[in-house]
Amino acid sequence: MSMTIVEKILAKAAGKSALKPGDVVEPRIDLAMSHENGALVINQFLQIYEGTPLEPKVWDASKIAIIFDHRVPAESPKTASNQKKVREFVREQFIGKFHDIRGDVGGICHQILPESGYVRPGCVVVGTDSHTTSHGALGAFSFGIGATEMASVWALGKALNVEVPATIKVIVTGEFPEFVGPKDLILHLIGKISAQGANFRVIEFHGDTIRKMSTSGRLVICNMSVEAGATAGIVPADDETVRYLKEEAGVEDSLEMVFPDADAEYDELIEIDVSKLEPQIACPHTVDNVKSIDEVHGTAIHQVVIGSCTNGRLDDLEMAASMIRGKKVSQNTRMLVFPASGRIYSQALGKGLIGDFMTAGALVMNPGCGPCLGIHEGALGDGEVALSTTNRNFKGRMGNPTAAVYLCSPAVAAASAVTGVITDPRKGDN
Amino acid sequence: MAKVIFTVGDDISTDIIYPGRYMATVLPSETPQFAFIDDPEFNGRLLSTDEPQARAIVAGENFGCGSSREQAVSTLKGHEVVIVAKSIARIFLQNAVNLGLDIVIAPNIEASTGDELEISENQAINKTTGQSFEIVPLPKSRQEIIEAGGLIPFTRTRLLAG
Ligand code: SF4
Repeated sequence: MSMTIVEKILAKAAGKSALKPGDVVEPRIDLAMSHENGALVINQFLQIYEGTPLEPKVWDASKIAIIFDHRVPAESPKTASNQKKVREFVREQFIGKFHDIRGDVGGICHQILPESGYVRPGCVVVGTDSHTTSHGALGAFSFGIGATEMASVWALGKALNVEVPATIKVIVTGEFPEFVGPKDLILHLIGKISAQGANFRVIEFHGDTIRKMSTSGRLVICNMSVEAGATAGIVPADDETVRYLKEEAGVEDSLEMVFPDADAEYDELIEIDVSKLEPQIACPHTVDNVKSIDEVHGTAIHQVVIGSCTNGRLDDLEMAASMIRGKKVSQNTRMLVFPASGRIYSQALGKGLIGDFMTAGALVMNPGCGPCLGIHEGALGDGEVALSTTNRNFKGRMGNPTAAVYLCSPAVAAASAVTGVITDPRKGDN
Repeated sequence: MAKVIFTVGDDISTDIIYPGRYMATVLPSETPQFAFIDDPEFNGRLLSTDEPQARAIVAGENFGCGSSREQAVSTLKGHEVVIVAKSIARIFLQNAVNLGLDIVIAPNIEASTGDELEISENQAINKTTGQSFEIVPLPKSRQEIIEAGGLIPFTRTRLLAG
């Protein structure tokens, strides 16, 4: 029976020869990731063992990753105490893949997992974070779950009652115009199919444009697949995946590639040609409220944010720095830059990008989630407008329900920081 | 019978149900006060002791989209409220099943604040307007978890069974 890539991965993980959408399986988990919400997972995990003679013990400490990123360094005693509780648990249970608040190996979970070589093609990855879809960029089936479900995974090593999702095949062709890239592609797709367009389904990406795309770009499109409601986004692994894992993530062992069957059955087929794509902007207050830049250019903005698990990687910072080098951030706005990890921060430092940002008047902050979810640094004032390379613009997302957030690529964000209004990077009028 | 204490539209995200800034609060028992806290009226109705015990929130499509934060479920679970939605986002739906939040998927539901709903296995009847709406049952795999009393007891049983 021919299968999509996710059907194949799940079949192997569940010990079945064939699967079709709607089948219910219990796949073994290769990697289980949490962040600060590990504190809640621990609470639920201990409850599972309550009233039993069993000692609470995770199924495989080497397969659990915990990365502090949402509130680093801690913004309140409450967060610091949660982090302390997680740290103690990590020590007691000998959890190996723990990334504390550090400048060398710390950062956002969805950057730490790929750059540390924790994710391999064909793996089943779960994370207590909706953007766990990111790791499909490496050919893994990777999806978000809640804290209680994670507690169950910690106990059993498998996910219970997983329904095999149907798959949408997206074929992307054409060469991106200058200043247009993966972020514009995924915003365009979400605008086209809506915030629920892929609900309960997987998006499998194909086509020349994807084959030529770097892993960094693939992480962007898989990261935001969840904004169309997708259970997961996935790019079947190829030479670029192998290059990334060997050269950038230091993986030495052999990789097992998984490919979809050529005659696999898909639920829907979507074709996109990017050769005429314009810079795309997701307007307040839903990610699928997507417009071309000419419909919103000139909108005044009070804060520009460059960073997050979507667009806080080295190529994003390089693009942003190139737009702002030798210029100044407008007096009418402020610009915050959050590299996605300590490693990226160091690489940016080595390339002089951090200096470019600071000289231009941008503030470079510590790696982490920063203002993306509005709980830590960079909250917005009443009625203020932000332009951000992050992935969500729901009401209240940046900490203030009366503020508004527009989402865009790093090129648009940096060009706009110079003018203080939403600006088309192709026009060179900044 | 459940009284509709308020209605919301499509794509209500977990940022609205439980804003990120309260996420340092992790214990389920501590979360109920923050439900819909950025909307003082909705939050007030949930917290009010004047409202009847049996309450419903009626929602549009894709309720609970966005973040996987389980607090968005535990915050509602603390209020004896049934969520009747046209559709529910995947992670929220799974979290609701895992924690035992009462959810009903009724793709055509129509109701206004103050209406009385009678919910049975197959349909939701709006007693105020006289209309009835079909309910889509949850798949068997999820019902098993609900019947076990949530994912914690379900997992416990599996663990003990070895
Ligand atoms: S950067 Fe934003 S979207 Fe990404 S993991 Fe952090 S809070 Fe979530």
